This record gives sequence, structure tokens and C-alpha cells, in this order.
Amino acid sequence: MGAGSERDAVVALMIDYVHLIDEDRLEDWVELFTDDCTYKILSRENVDAGYPLELLSCHNKGMLRDRVVSLREANLYNLHTDKHVLGMVRTHQEGDGVWTAQANFSLYQSTLDGETDLFAVGTYRDRVVFDNGQPLFSEKIVVNDTFAVARMLSTPI
Amino acid sequence: MSTAMSLEWPTDDFSRIPFGAYLDEDIYVEEQERIFRGPTWSYLALEAEIPNTGDFITTYVGDTPVLVNRQRDGQVSAFVNRCMHRGSMLKRECRGNATMHTCLYHQWSYDLKGQLRAVPFAKGHMGRGGLPPDFDIKSVKLTSMRVESYRGVLFGTFSDDTEPLVDYLGDNVRAELDRVFNRPLSLLGYQRQRILGNWKLYNDNVRDPNHGALLHMFHATFGLYRPTQRGGVKMDDRHRHNISYSMMGTSDDDADAEAFAGTQKVFDKGFRLEDPSMLQYDKEYPDDVSLTILSIFPNMVMQQITNSLCTRQIQTRGPGELELYWTYFGYTDDDEKMTQHRLNQANLVGPGGLISMEDGEAVEMVHRAVKREQDEHGIVEIGGKGEIADHDYLVTEIPIRGFWSYYYELMGIDGEQAA
Repeated sequence: MGAGSERDAVVALMIDYVHLIDEDRLEDWVELFTDDCTYKILSRENVDAGYPLELLSCHNKGMLRDRVVSLREANLYNLHTDKHVLGMVRTHQEGDGVWTAQANFSLYQSTLDGETDLFAVGTYRDRVVFDNGQPLFSEKIVVNDTFAVARMLSTPI
Repeated sequence: MSTAMSLEWPTDDFSRIPFGAYLDEDIYVEEQERIFRGPTWSYLALEAEIPNTGDFITTYVGDTPVLVNRQRDGQVSAFVNRCMHRGSMLKRECRGNATMHTCLYHQWSYDLKGQLRAVPFAKGHMGRGGLPPDFDIKSVKLTSMRVESYRGVLFGTFSDDTEPLVDYLGDNVRAELDRVFNRPLSLLGYQRQRILGNWKLYNDNVRDPNHGALLHMFHATFGLYRPTQRGGVKMDDRHRHNISYSMMGTSDDDADAEAFAGTQKVFDKGFRLEDPSMLQYDKEYPDDVSLTILSIFPNMVMQQITNSLCTRQIQTRGPGELELYWTYFGYTDDDEKMTQHRLNQANLVGPGGLISMEDGEAVEMVHRAVKREQDEHGIVEIGGKGEIADHDYLVTEIPIRGFWSYYYELMGIDGEQAA
């Protein structure tokens, strides 16, 4: 795969990521990650102050699946629909089949009564690797500027 | 007469709470005076957040903005975060270090003890303007709180009548703070959660061990907390504070299954975590308690959920909104593995916590549903309505009645008279 088409595939992966969350296809969303992936949602407050605490962290794909299973079976949360708006993607090729990518996002949540709030604004800092031509997130860091989380953080950002 | 007396408080055993108490704007204003500026100690911060001279944090006591800093002599002082000149907020940052606090509006400067030190153009220009000759800069000080620290946990009070902190906390709460704040802390970071509900609904929530395994099914499903575990509640003499505690691995599976039978919730579908590392408790205290929720009237919670440790500060934002401010910590002698374990277990709590995310929803569901039910009452009878006392079982909400007994006292509510 040439660098141009690899870049297109990285951007397509980031687009799939937000659409799968918005369509509540979280089981498919998990499949966008490598087995040894890192997924973190960070509060900008902690990033700026140098503290390691996350709002949510998964250190492998199993933990991502656990989150989804817990949401489906155990957790009770504010029922809502998500809508992401993804900004322009900045990419950088790190090596053979290894890319970093960054994009800003906004995430709106709408209630069962049709009221919409801006839930989060932030930046994705991604690392994407190609496995047999297939792009996967080996790392997805969500830096959340909206760190005063409204209500709760249930579905992924 | 207390504003709260306009509501009906039908019993004097604190087993009925009028919903209006969570909604009424006048009651909220009175709470700020009688409770947050009354004879109570409010949690401010941890000393570990401001170790050096000039370190400061900004926070809220009720809805009053407060500036906390460490003076040159090592003592900690706290002030209303407001310039005495025109009332502008003095410090906007959440945290930092400063040798002086200079208001951005007209640059009045205060030292770390809150004493006004400098006013630009105090003598005007060319003998004209400036402050009048009888203005005494030394007489101007920031409005200060009395600050006391227990085991590095900082509390402040606005009232001269507040009893000493050690007496306010009482033996049980001090013992719990002795247990957890037993050596120097290492800060891990902060989380914030905005909940559209009244601040007392959250105080009720943390004094209600009964809801732990009913609302939080992750708890029950994975055995971190079940109603049949060994545990109980311990309060101070006046029942305003509470410690709920339980021990993992002591539950009665048959009794749990029987109790959950017939509910719509599924107790055990047999699902297992692919990565169970976050359920692991590395025992670190002499006792077998694996879960502790300590609530200190009016604005503090401290949790030990296995190895996840933090304080939660309740900041009020009007009758219908609160912010929870979570401060996570470990100890300075934690190795890298333990730090990672604590960070991993932070997944259990906070706004995105697998076992705590529901609390925000529960508080909001109550707040929305009772809007036009101000004269109706919530029932607090789980565990009985007799004497408010410590007990060694978990199917209880008796500590909620303890909270309200002290609330009555501070707000000037006479239950029998009101009935």
C-alpha cells in the first residue's frame, strides 16, 4: 500500500471510530483496536498539571470488551444518542505501516426527550498500525477539554 | 423562624424528608448561611496539594469561592477568594504558586496571610487623587476562614462558634482518617462531575449502603460489594458523619440469589471480566475492610474502594446543581506497580466509574421527578426508624436519618412543632 492510500486508510479508521459509537455499534467499535491497545480518556486539567490519572483507561482489547459488556449488562446510565463532529485530521508517518494522527472533535448527546447538549470537546491523539493491510488503533488518547463531566461518562468519547 | 418551617416535617424521627427541602431557593440560601457559614468544618483540600510556601488552590465552600494557600511559616490559611476593594475574584487559576495575590482589576496586592500590602497610586498623582489620608491599608484583610488540619486533610470554618476539629470529627471518623492518611500522600490527579441535582441528594446517597448493590449492579455482579457481606455503619455521636464499610469475599451467595430473585435486575448472568485485574484488592491495612465510604458533614466523602483512594468534595451550584471534585491519591512509598494498580482501579469510580457512574443519574432522576411534589415526602425506613446508632449490617439507610437530624438542628427545624 502506498503512503497516500495508507493515509486515506488512517483517516477512514478515525471516521469509522466516531460513526460506530454514534450508531451504538460498540461491539464493532472494539474491533478497531489491536489486542494490546491503549485507550485512555484524559482530563485536560490532569494533562496540564502533569498528573497521570485518567477519566477512563483500558490497557488491552479485553478491557475494552469488558467496558462494553458492563454497559450492556450491568451499568444504568442516562440513555442518550451520541453525535460526533470530527475535525480535520493531521497525520504523520512514523515508520513502515505506523502512523500518528490527531484531530479535534465535539460530541453532542441527546436525551430521550430530544434535548441536546454539548457533552465534550477535545482532541484525539492516535497511533495507528497496519496489520495485514488493515489499520488498527494501537493507541487512542482522548484529551477532554470538558473535564467537568456533565452527569456521567458512560459511552465512549 | 427558619425558612424551612414553611415545609411540612411530619415526624420527628427523620424518616420523612419533604422534597421541597431539595428544591426551594430560599432554603438553599439559608443553608449557605446556617450550614456552610455556620458551625461546621468544610473540607478544603489535602495538604499534599500545597506542600511549599506560596502554593495555593482555589475551591468552593458551598458556593463561596475560597483561596487556600501555604504561608511562609508553613501554616495554611484560607480566604474568601474576593478582593476587598471592588469584589473581583482574586485568583482565577485552580492551583499554582504565588508570593503575593494581586487582583487583576486594580492590582491591590495581598500577602499570604491575607493582609493588604500595596495599592497602586495610593497617593494619587501630583498630590491629587488616590486614597484619602485616613485610609489604613493595614486594616484591610481578606475575609478569612479558620483552618485546621487532621492527618493532612484541611478543613475550614467561617464561624467562631465551631468546636475544635478533633471534636467535630469524633472518635470513629478520626480512626478512619488515621487508617487511610497514615503516611505521606502522592497525588494522582482530579476528576470532576457536574450533577443536576441538590447537594443533599448526594449526601443521602453516600449514607445509603442499601443502594450499593441495587443501583450499582457492577458491584453485585463481580462481588466487590454485596448486601450480605460482613460490614456496617459507624457514625459520630451526633450522627452527622458516617462510615459505611464492608469486606470482600464474605458474601452469602445463596442469600444474595434469593434476595435478588423476582427483581428485574439480573444478579448473576455468569459473565466474567476478560481482564479482572481491577477487581483485585491488594490488602494494605491491618483490617479486612475492602470498601469504605466515609462522609463528613457537610461536603466531604472519602473512599477506599479496594485500592482506589480519593476524596470527593461536594460543591453547591444552586439548589439544582452540584459539582463533585474528586482528588485521587496513593502514597509516596507506592512502587510503580501499585501506582498503576490504583490508576487501573480508578476505572471503578468517578464520573466514568464502572460502579459509580449511576449515582449521577440517580440524583438527577430524583431531582427531576419531585419538582412539583414539594409537599410530598421521601421515605427513610430501611433499617428501621428507631434509635440512630451504629450497626453491623448493610441493608440500611439509617445514616441518612443521622444526616437529617443534624440538618434539622442547624436549620432550626423543630420536628414536633412542624407536625
